[in-house]
Amino acid sequence: MTASRRIRVLVAKPGLDGHDRGAKVLARALRDAGMEVIYTGIRQSPEQVVNAVIQEDVDVLCLSSLSGAHDYLFPRIMELLKEKGAPDVLVLGGGIIPEEDAQALKDAGIAGIFGPGSFTKDIVKFIQENVRQRT
Amino acid sequence: MFDERALEELKEAAKRWEESIAAALSKRPERKAAFVNTSGIPIERVYLPFQVQGLDYQRDLGFPGSFPFTRGVQPTMYRGQFWTMRQYAGFGTAEESNKRYRYLLEQGQTGLSVAFDLPTQIGYDSDHPSAFGEVGKVGVAIDSIEDMRILFEGIPMDKVSTSMTINAPAAILLAMYLAVAQEQGVGGGQLNGTIQNDILKEYTSRGTYIFPPEPSMRIVTDIFSFCSKEVPNWNTISISGYHMREAGCTAVQEVAFTLANGIAYVEAGLKAGLDVDEFGPRLAFFFCCHLDFFEEVAKFRAARRLWARIMRERFKAKNPRSWMLRFHTQTAGCTLTAQQPKNNIVRVAYQAMAAVLGGTQSLHTNSMDEALALPTEEAVQIALRTQQLLAHEFGVADTVDPMGGSFYVERLTDEIEERAMDYIRKIDEMGGSPRAIELGFIQKEIQEAAYTYQKEIESGERVVVGVNRFQVQEPPFKGILRVDPAVRQRQVERLERIRKSREARKVGRALEALHKAAQSTENILPHILEAVRAQATLGEICDVLRDVFGEYQASVSI
Repeated sequence: MTASRRIRVLVAKPGLDGHDRGAKVLARALRDAGMEVIYTGIRQSPEQVVNAVIQEDVDVLCLSSLSGAHDYLFPRIMELLKEKGAPDVLVLGGGIIPEEDAQALKDAGIAGIFGPGSFTKDIVKFIQENVRQRT
Repeated sequence: MFDERALEELKEAAKRWEESIAAALSKRPERKAAFVNTSGIPIERVYLPFQVQGLDYQRDLGFPGSFPFTRGVQPTMYRGQFWTMRQYAGFGTAEESNKRYRYLLEQGQTGLSVAFDLPTQIGYDSDHPSAFGEVGKVGVAIDSIEDMRILFEGIPMDKVSTSMTINAPAAILLAMYLAVAQEQGVGGGQLNGTIQNDILKEYTSRGTYIFPPEPSMRIVTDIFSFCSKEVPNWNTISISGYHMREAGCTAVQEVAFTLANGIAYVEAGLKAGLDVDEFGPRLAFFFCCHLDFFEEVAKFRAARRLWARIMRERFKAKNPRSWMLRFHTQTAGCTLTAQQPKNNIVRVAYQAMAAVLGGTQSLHTNSMDEALALPTEEAVQIALRTQQLLAHEFGVADTVDPMGGSFYVERLTDEIEERAMDYIRKIDEMGGSPRAIELGFIQKEIQEAAYTYQKEIESGERVVVGVNRFQVQEPPFKGILRVDPAVRQRQVERLERIRKSREARKVGRALEALHKAAQSTENILPHILEAVRAQATLGEICDVLRDVFGEYQASVSI
């Protein structure tokens, strides 16, 4: 790996929710912003998501859930990331996430929550400013 | 329809008019260099009779209730009866959802629409490991006939029509519904309702598939065949554009992809040896109502005309009921904003009006808080009241197809039909919609349109009030609905109790018979009904079918 390595991002859909318009739009936008993007597709278990994070050696993980299961799935993924030794990955959450849930998710280690109406350019900026890119 | 000489004179006059405003226009230009709707159709400054001069009234519009049904599927439309007001609802356990349904019926709702949770939609019991975190979240959890019994307790199933948003396991939920109705003393002939049962759009946009396309289509045609005899008034499928539109496609694509899927279902029915007029009258449709008011009204009219032509000319259907595109509408969830959520009441109201002017048979109006969570009772009440206001206070239901004859709407209707037909021809050339889905064509078209839409919002070219214009600082929205996390535990306990108390041998025999039928060409519905009555669970029945049919593996590309 070199210092100029491009930011690598995994966009993931944990849980059973099939709504991936947002995930796909974001994946395209991040790619257009010069990042390397992998999209898991829908219906990933937390274990599958974390395995993909490790195998693909990504710097950033973008989680999307619109079914209300974020309250279980996102913290579970954070736990697994720690267990599997990938705690440095920058994790973002998106979807239908009530503001009153945001704090608990942030406490679990999710760096940013991006709900409906978010701009992809703001997410790009957030990633660029917060990623701990490995050299 | 028009006198030719008068049209020529009008064209001349129009030319003079354009010239006369040229100077003023160069001083004060219009807001945009070009006006184009989401389907890419250019919108003229004003529509004049010669823009619809090719229109042949009897051929292209006809009378309400007559071919090609452009003006509506019934002769009197809402003068006879309003559309069915049908709010999609369900969450938590069967007890909680039953309570919400009874509330909605008390409030004057005229039909039920059941939302199932994701484990139910994907054929997992509530105690399956994949169901963790999802039980009861986006709909009600149904594991066995016991849950279905509770769901309809105190609801007269012969009087209420029920729509069930269920696809891959549609046959199982339908069987549970039939079995419970029978316990209430209601026979198949007295039941009215719909199962979504539209597997093709699950592969392109909605995502709750289980089995690969081929056996899935076989289940669909088994349902067509079974229902034509046993539940003759049941809508055996609701061919849905809604989810593709929500995933980002345009109005034209929505019509095209939905009707292309419709064609695939008809062809599958014919291939299974059914007569088109045996199942054609029971095909129903489901569309989205998005923001562009006139484009949406025209879309519904165009879809009706196009389907009538396809059924009569392509499939040689003889029963006029086979020609009719009857549809449910839901206002576009993707247009709801989390910012200033009360503005959504207004968005939904206009969308609902477009659906009514487009001649919908039933309608779901979204609640203002749905970009934040499941709707609260108060938000649902406003959404339902929106429909009641529309029906009773605005006079929009007093004549059939009031937009008919508008030069703009007629021109748009033509253009949407033509452009949708171009897509359908392209899909036909690929070998039909199942093949186009396999090639990823439809998915790619939807994704492209979604990305374009987002870029338009971010550049400010497309204004979304409260999101990229007219923003305010606002406190977090209070009072959202939360699903009790104990739902899963309650479902798991009920499952354990059922598995212990039921007659295991009877379950085993029923599942074995189903296994055999699935391997042969025998209709699987009677066997599913047997299994359901023996208290086999949804997950167990799906496992038998997974064993025979395998599971679909999606390929993803971005």
